[in-house]
Amino acid sequence: MQAQRPAEQRWWWVLVAGITLGSALGCHRAVEPSPALRVWAMGKEAEYLSTRIHGRMIGGYRVEVQRLPWSAAHEKLLTAFVAGTLPDVVQLGSTWLPEFVAVGAVECTSIDQSVIDDFFPGAVEGNLVNNRWCGAPWYVDTRVLFYRRDLLARAGFPLPPQTWDQWRHAMRRIRQLGPEHYGLLAPLDEWHLLVALAFQAGAELLRDRDQYGNFQSPEFRRAFSFYVSLFHEGLVPFEGQGQVANVYQDFAAGLFTFYVTGPWNLGEFRRRLPGELQNEWATAVLPMPELGSPSVSVMGGASLAVTTSSDKRDAARELISYLLSPEELTHLYHATGDLPARRSAWRHIGDADPLRLTAFRTQLEHARSTPKIPEWERIAGLLLRYTELAVRKHLPVDTALALLDAETDRVLAKRRWLLQRTPTQP
Amino acid sequence: MSGNLERIPAIAGFLRSLVLHAVLFVGGAVVLAPLVWMCLASMMPAGEASQLPPRWWPSHPTAEHYAVLFSSLHLGRNFFNSFFLAAAATALSLCCNSLAGYALAKLPFVGRDRVFTFLLALLVVPGQVGMLPLFLLLRSFGWIDTYWGVLVPSLASVFGIFLVQQYAQSIPDALLDAARVDGASELRVFWSVGLPLCRPILVTLGVFTFLGTWNDFLWPLIVLSDASKQTLPVALASLAAEHVQDTELMMASAVLTMVPAVALFLVAQRAYVAGILSGALKF
Amino acid sequence: MHRTRTIAAWIFLAPALTAITAFFVGPVLAALVLSFTDFDIYTIADSSNLRWLGLEQYRILLRDPLFWRALQNTLTFVVAGGSLTVVVALGAALAIWGAARKVQAFLRTVYFLPVVTTIVAAAVVWRAWYHPRVGLLNVALRWAGLPAIDWLGNPRWAMLAIIVFSVWKNFGFHMVIFLAALQSIPHQLYEAAAIDGASRWQQFRHVTLPMLRPALSFVVLITVIGSFQLFAEPYVMTQGGPANATLSLVLLMYRNGFQWWNVGYGAAVAWVLFALLVVVTLTLSRLRLRRR
Repeated sequence: MQAQRPAEQRWWWVLVAGITLGSALGCHRAVEPSPALRVWAMGKEAEYLSTRIHGRMIGGYRVEVQRLPWSAAHEKLLTAFVAGTLPDVVQLGSTWLPEFVAVGAVECTSIDQSVIDDFFPGAVEGNLVNNRWCGAPWYVDTRVLFYRRDLLARAGFPLPPQTWDQWRHAMRRIRQLGPEHYGLLAPLDEWHLLVALAFQAGAELLRDRDQYGNFQSPEFRRAFSFYVSLFHEGLVPFEGQGQVANVYQDFAAGLFTFYVTGPWNLGEFRRRLPGELQNEWATAVLPMPELGSPSVSVMGGASLAVTTSSDKRDAARELISYLLSPEELTHLYHATGDLPARRSAWRHIGDADPLRLTAFRTQLEHARSTPKIPEWERIAGLLLRYTELAVRKHLPVDTALALLDAETDRVLAKRRWLLQRTPTQP
Repeated sequence: MSGNLERIPAIAGFLRSLVLHAVLFVGGAVVLAPLVWMCLASMMPAGEASQLPPRWWPSHPTAEHYAVLFSSLHLGRNFFNSFFLAAAATALSLCCNSLAGYALAKLPFVGRDRVFTFLLALLVVPGQVGMLPLFLLLRSFGWIDTYWGVLVPSLASVFGIFLVQQYAQSIPDALLDAARVDGASELRVFWSVGLPLCRPILVTLGVFTFLGTWNDFLWPLIVLSDASKQTLPVALASLAAEHVQDTELMMASAVLTMVPAVALFLVAQRAYVAGILSGALKF
Repeated sequence: MHRTRTIAAWIFLAPALTAITAFFVGPVLAALVLSFTDFDIYTIADSSNLRWLGLEQYRILLRDPLFWRALQNTLTFVVAGGSLTVVVALGAALAIWGAARKVQAFLRTVYFLPVVTTIVAAAVVWRAWYHPRVGLLNVALRWAGLPAIDWLGNPRWAMLAIIVFSVWKNFGFHMVIFLAALQSIPHQLYEAAAIDGASRWQQFRHVTLPMLRPALSFVVLITVIGSFQLFAEPYVMTQGGPANATLSLVLLMYRNGFQWWNVGYGAAVAWVLFALLVVVTLTLSRLRLRRR
């Protein structure tokens, strides 16, 4: 029967051959170098850049913006570095920069002190490696306390808590409002609140030139115990980010009164919370162990960096300095709520939402960056893991911290070896 | 046969069969439920899929999420990538595997058994073991973030070779010899006699490879970083990470990812199942 | 004559063998070599940063609590998930086999559909269904008067959630194999058993089950091999969490290798997985031989 239909047979093989040839051509086309100035950015910033500069000509090149999801961005960037396919300009989360500097993925230059002075000190600290300027702080963030004023008042507090004890006390009272009212939302896959608390307690996370974990220090232990006890008292619901269907719906429903989060949520809260709640939420600086010292938090945000593999570095630098002009930073703020890393740009944005921005402005002056070592992301992963184990009572606090130190030391083994060989390494 | 005595067992049998069919159809509904809900939720207005009490039927069916997928998220591009890669992988794997499978079945040579055993042993090696070095290898070729890089592991597969080899064994040697007597070269014999006879198994292999590549996740996730080159499942996974809040949008892209695979399966069901069985029964 | 055929055979085999050697066997062996080094992101930046660790790497691995966690999770998934898949598949096959001829093909198609759905797409739906408050499963539980379960957020339940999802996704594949095996059982066997007065259970026990044995051992083998490679389900649904309750060996390899670029360590994980699979496969096929 097959042999009686040669025409159909031929058609089949023509199709196969066509697809093979087509794939060869398609693959060939795919590897051609592109004449565009390629930019990789994450999340909302990518959306902003797409509408703002995508397709524009800068330094003689057409700008091409690509978006990475935040959750996979770190591994995508590293993979691209390994594969040699990094674009010309990358947006880097502030804690990632040391890693990309250490492997030589981003370009570092010398810079004038006068330029640096305009940036927040915490942001400069994160981008200055061995006194060289490796990334340009684009926007900054730090985490402050978002809270429901009405619920807090119903629990008997007209003002936000200022100390840890007041905070815990307020949460207990809120918990008594009903089973569907928790004190605080603290997702188990975010470490920023815990690290901010540790900074407030005066903890150094690593010791001896960042060669060993220092999590068993009394300062860190104090912050850790406080954080874990909030879960043990049932003041915090056990949720990971994937579990929160809709933070905004939950916040509106009063599932939690406090949420420690960053400036990007100013805009989201304004947009997503129902109208009747718009006067009922506010921000405040993080509560402190005791009154007196300034409230410290973690410096976050992102930098823009030029990659060493780029063959259009001048255009890349031109693009970055354009994006860092006070006008552009103001524009970025209005589009995304990202806070400018340069103080001079704050003059233009100050009147947008003055009450809620004050907490950020105050806290940014005292924000600290996490240890500037390539291994930080992995250590943060360990931190999350042992925090979760302690929160879930799988491990007692002291054991969790001892194991955390031991595993951190293991992660840092290669760093110790490298430091021994070339003591000048960062 | 006298009727009265058999009536009671017949009624029992009828009841049993009724219950069995009821269970089977309810079971079928349960199995299909997630897929049906996926389609319905993709047409709900934003926010409706995570409402309490949950709904099955969209209050106002809408195609807005599909519009967003194609306009602002450019999923059409990913759809094309998936389709193109699956088609290319199918073509390449058909070429390599049919040649090798045919040779192992119909061209006796010294060492054939050893080659065969070698391939058989490879079936136990999980594909992930070599992934890290393979990535580094492709990096040195500059193939990372290219379509080639995705296609390379599907060039030849041990399973595909076996599928063809098992099938080709059933070709009578006399047919091949007849062609050889006419003075045809081995390639000619393969091309005009062997291959046409193997067509059913090639269809099976083609469907398997196409679906396998379409649904593949880990390797394209690793190799492709440029969003405009990514396949649908990879794009969907990053969408699912970014848009946790937008259930309906995710469902729309899940439908888009799933429909071509399901459609191909429904069309080529017989060939697909035959493939599973020839793998299973020859084992 | 013989020579031309030998030459032709090698030419025919060349593309496939080259591809398999270069892109599969070679990398697998390279992974073994890499697993004895501390090849990492520093090495990629500067190759002088490479150290030979030898077996020390595997000693480090065996001391890593995360490795044991991943191994334990993977074994749980293989044993519990695997057996559940096989049992459900067998049950479905028997039920369909007993159904009317007319609906058999239809039911087989319906039960098979989850197998061809893209795993990421299906996982997205199940993730929504597993949601602690608005997910349909918990709505159903509450409706039945039971407390809601945080399926993917509670370490006690997360692996079960992954298992339920993967049973749903995979049982159709094995069901088709069982069904074909059932349909190939000669009818005379049952007639003879019925004449001997065997009850339905006895028929199942002494006719159906023995006839299914080859299919059963095949299904068990591929289920075990497939289950050891668990990756996409936890990657999409839980990222290995909560508290690493769904971290599998392949996910551990992916994290180390492709997330942190600890290539040496990732390769060691991969080889341990490989060794485990070899041992399990050999044991299973030996059991099968003995039974024959």
